[in-house]
Amino acid sequence: MKFKLLNKIVATALTGVVVSFSVQAASVTGAGATFPAPIYGKWADAYQKATKNQINYQSIGSGGGIKQVEAKTVDFGASDMPLKAEDLEKKGLVQFPAVIGGEVIAYNLPGIKSAEMRLTGSVLADIYLGKIVKWNDKALVDLNPKLNLPDQAIAVVRRADGSGTTFLFTNYLSKVSPEWKTKVGEGTAVQWPVGLGGKGNEGVSAFVQKIPGSIGYVEYAYAKQGKMSYALLQNAAGNYPLPDDTTFKAAAAGADWTKSAFAEILTNQAGKDSWPITGATFILMQKVADKPEQSLEALKFFDWSFKNGDQMALDLDYVPLPDSLVKLIHATWANVKDSSGKAVWTGK
Amino acid sequence: MSTGQESVGSSAKKGVVADLIFFNLTRFFAILVLLLLGGTMASLLIGSWPSIQKFGWGFLWSGEWNPPMEQFGAMIPIYGTLVTSLVALLIAVPVSFGIALFLTELAPTWMKRPLGIAIELLAGIPSIVYGMWGLLVFTPIFSAYVQPALAATLGQVPIIGGLFSGAFLGISILCASIVLAIMIIPFIASVMRDVFDVTPAMLKESAYGLGATTWEVVWRIVLPYTKVGVIGGIMLGLGRALGETMAVTFLIGNVNVFAGFSLFLPGNSIASALANEFAEAESEIYTSSLIELGLILFFITFVILSLSKLMLLHMSRQQGRSS
Repeated sequence: MKFKLLNKIVATALTGVVVSFSVQAASVTGAGATFPAPIYGKWADAYQKATKNQINYQSIGSGGGIKQVEAKTVDFGASDMPLKAEDLEKKGLVQFPAVIGGEVIAYNLPGIKSAEMRLTGSVLADIYLGKIVKWNDKALVDLNPKLNLPDQAIAVVRRADGSGTTFLFTNYLSKVSPEWKTKVGEGTAVQWPVGLGGKGNEGVSAFVQKIPGSIGYVEYAYAKQGKMSYALLQNAAGNYPLPDDTTFKAAAAGADWTKSAFAEILTNQAGKDSWPITGATFILMQKVADKPEQSLEALKFFDWSFKNGDQMALDLDYVPLPDSLVKLIHATWANVKDSSGKAVWTGK
Repeated sequence: MSTGQESVGSSAKKGVVADLIFFNLTRFFAILVLLLLGGTMASLLIGSWPSIQKFGWGFLWSGEWNPPMEQFGAMIPIYGTLVTSLVALLIAVPVSFGIALFLTELAPTWMKRPLGIAIELLAGIPSIVYGMWGLLVFTPIFSAYVQPALAATLGQVPIIGGLFSGAFLGISILCASIVLAIMIIPFIASVMRDVFDVTPAMLKESAYGLGATTWEVVWRIVLPYTKVGVIGGIMLGLGRALGETMAVTFLIGNVNVFAGFSLFLPGNSIASALANEFAEAESEIYTSSLIELGLILFFITFVILSLSKLMLLHMSRQQGRSS
C-alpha cells in the first residue's frame, strides 16, 4: 500500500519516462490461441486503465502458446485445446478455462435463409466425408421437408491453417460419427477427405460468401458480423437449438468441471438447450512459478477479468464463465507455487 | 619539401590502416552471409532430423498429410510449389519482356518515367494485399468468366485440354499462378528494362543504320547483349514465386489430396503449408515434418539457382566458341 502510494506520487510528480518505467514494473506477458485474442486484448486494455498494470498478449496460435509456456518465455500460455491431466503433470503445468465460445455451420444457398436449414451431426459428418455431395440428397431432404433444396453440388469449406476451431469441429464429428472417428479423427489439423481450405475464420467466411452451394464452419462472431446464414444443428438431446450465447451457456452449464483438471471439451453436451459445437479456451501456467510475482500478476488479471469482464465478453460474442466454475478455478490457483512451495495466489 | 614528403608518407600509412580495416570489415560482412546460410541449413537439418529418420526418402513422394495419425509426405506441396511457379513464369516472362521492350525501345520519352515508376510501385505492394485482392476481387471474376472461357477454348485442345477441366470454383492452382504472375512481373520487367537500357546506343544505332527493324534490333542485338541480366531477372522472379506465401495461401485452396493434373483443381504449396500449420503444430514429428518441407524448399531454390548459373556458364562458353 505504502509502495503503491509512493509510486503514485512519483508518477504524478515526475516525467513520463518514470511513469512508463513504473508501469513496466508490472508487465505480464502471455501468448497462444488466436480465438480468444480479441477478448484478452479488451480485458487487458480495461485492466490497464483500472490498475495501471500491463498485460501483453501475443496471439501466435495454441501450439505456440503451449511451447512458450513450457519454455518459460511467457508468464501464461493460452490454448483452445485443453491438455490432458497426465500431459499437464508431465509438463508441470496448471490449466483453467478463461472464456467460452461457439461455432456455427454457415451455408450459402440463395433462397434459404439463416436458421431455416436443419442438420444432424451424422449428416454433417457425411458431408465432410464426401459421402453426401448434393444439396438435394435424401438425408438432407428428409431433415428439411419444407425447404426447396437445389440439385447443386455441395462445396465443402474448412480451415487450411491449424486451429482450435478445427479441433472443436473434428472433436464434435468424432463424437457423432464413428466413421469420422476412425477415418479422420480429431486435431487442430486433419487429413480432410474433401473440401477447400480457407486461411483463418476470415478465409472460410470469404469462401462461403463467394461460392454458391458452399458450407463451412466458423466462429459464431464471424457468422453474425458477416450476416451469413447458419444452420440449426441437432444436439445430444435431439433438439435443434439456435446458436447464441444462451445455448453456448447451456452447454457450459451441463459440463462436469471437477474431474480431469478442466480438460473438458463442451461438444455434444447433454441438456435440451445445449449448442453442440461449444468450447472453452484455456490458460496454461507453470506449476512452480519461476517468477512468482509475475505469476501473481497474471492471476490477478484473470481474477479481475472474471469479476469485471463479463459484459465485455458478451459484447464480443463470447460467453463468460459461470460463477460456479470461477470458484473452482480459484481453488485450482492454489496449485501455482513458488520455488519454496508457497502458494502464489493468496486470494486477494 | 621534406615536410611535404613526410605528410604524404603518414597519410599513405593512414590509408594503409584504413584500407586494412575496410578490407577486413567487408570480408567479415561477406563471411557473415556464408555463416547465415550455413546456420540456416544446419538448423533446418537438425529441426527436420526426426522426420527424416522416420519417413526417409519416402517423404518426398508420399502424398499423405495426416496430422492426427502422424503420417506426413511432401509430394503435394512440392508439386504445387513447382507448378504454380512454372505457370506464373510462363505468364510473367512474355508480359515482362513486352513491358521492358516497350519502355526502352518504343515508348515516347514522356511516358517512360511514369510508366517505369508505376511498375516499380507494383513491386512494393505487400503480398497480403495481393492475396486479399485475389480472394475478394479476382477469384469471383476468375470463376465466372475466365474459367468457363478457358474450358471452352484451351480445354478442348487435345493433350493440354485436361489441364483446363473441372469445376469452376475459382480457388485453384491456376488462380494462384495468375496472381503470382502479376506479383513477379514488376521484378522481372524492371530488371529487364534496366539491362535493356545499358545496351550501348552505338550498337543499336549501327543496326538501325543497316536497315534493321525494331524487332531485329531487339532480337539480334539487345537480347544477346543482355541475356545474363535477363536470365538473372527471370531467376529473381522465380525465386520470389517459389517462396511466396500469403497470396498463395489465400488462393490455392490448401488441399493435401492429389486429384489429377488439372490446373482448375485446388492444391497446396510448401510455403503455404508452413504458414498455415506451423503455429498450431504441437507434436514433435509434425513440427519436424514442416521444417523438412522448409529444407526441401531451400534445396529446390538452391538447385534452380545453380542450374541457372550453369546455364549462363555454358552460354558464355558457347559464345566464346562461335566468335
